[in-house]
Amino acid sequence: MALSLDSYLGVHAQALTLEAQRTEVLAANLANADTPNYKARDIDFKAALSAANNGADPSGNALGTNLPGNNLKYRVPMAPALDGNTVDTQLEQAAFAENSVRYQATLTFLNARLKELMTAITGS
Amino acid sequence: MSSFKVFDIAGSGMSAESVRLNTVASNLANADSVSGDPTQVYQAKHPVFQSVQALGEAALGPAALGGAATLSVASNQLAQQASASVKVSGITANTAAPEARYDPSNPLANSDGYVYSSNVNVVEEMTDMISASRSYQNNVEVMNTARNMMLDTLKLGQS
Repeated sequence: MALSLDSYLGVHAQALTLEAQRTEVLAANLANADTPNYKARDIDFKAALSAANNGADPSGNALGTNLPGNNLKYRVPMAPALDGNTVDTQLEQAAFAENSVRYQATLTFLNARLKELMTAITGS
Repeated sequence: MSSFKVFDIAGSGMSAESVRLNTVASNLANADSVSGDPTQVYQAKHPVFQSVQALGEAALGPAALGGAATLSVASNQLAQQASASVKVSGITANTAAPEARYDPSNPLANSDGYVYSSNVNVVEEMTDMISASRSYQNNVEVMNTARNMMLDTLKLGQS
């Protein structure tokens, strides 16, 4: 049985792509913190990841460039500003920090998997 | 390459906030400017921020807001433009009437002895300055974090 690298890396490869995209969305929210009528957005991570998993092409590399799909949603503001901006800077900062830690964690998982593979290949 | 878009976004935020800081500096420097002609006196300037994406903000609409859930669904098209950078679309001048002050000894006073001082609100400018500076720092932090994430990704499988 041939080893499929995609299934070997598991969910982490997709999670890394998704986390990179979430970084972008949150960076956009923070950059537009003072833009009138800007509506803050976020990726529904759980739904997006399960969609990416179910939609994954079993033959491999066809993971979409458009992972968030319908899972990109608007934030419901707790205290909307008069200028129509719904960015809560503190909330976005917290989400950004959390997302970057998740990204590092995924990288660690991927590194561990690759190291396992190297051990199996070299046999030492 | 989409992974590097985050640098463009944070960079656009930094440049917009520095324009805002520049207008604050200009307003504060001219806070005590006077003129004998009410049409010539300095008017406070304020930048107008606008988000840049293929789909206009008007199309987004506030309709999706206010649901019971924390997040509500945006249309599929929007997913293509997941991220928006920011630009300064223009500088507006505060058109509030300048304050007239009776000061006949001032060399700039008009024939009736009045000078007109600028309509800059110094307190407002100071708060604006703090806000702009904090937003700038936010964008710097985003860029630093993204940079570290990219560098760690480059090292994937090497350790």
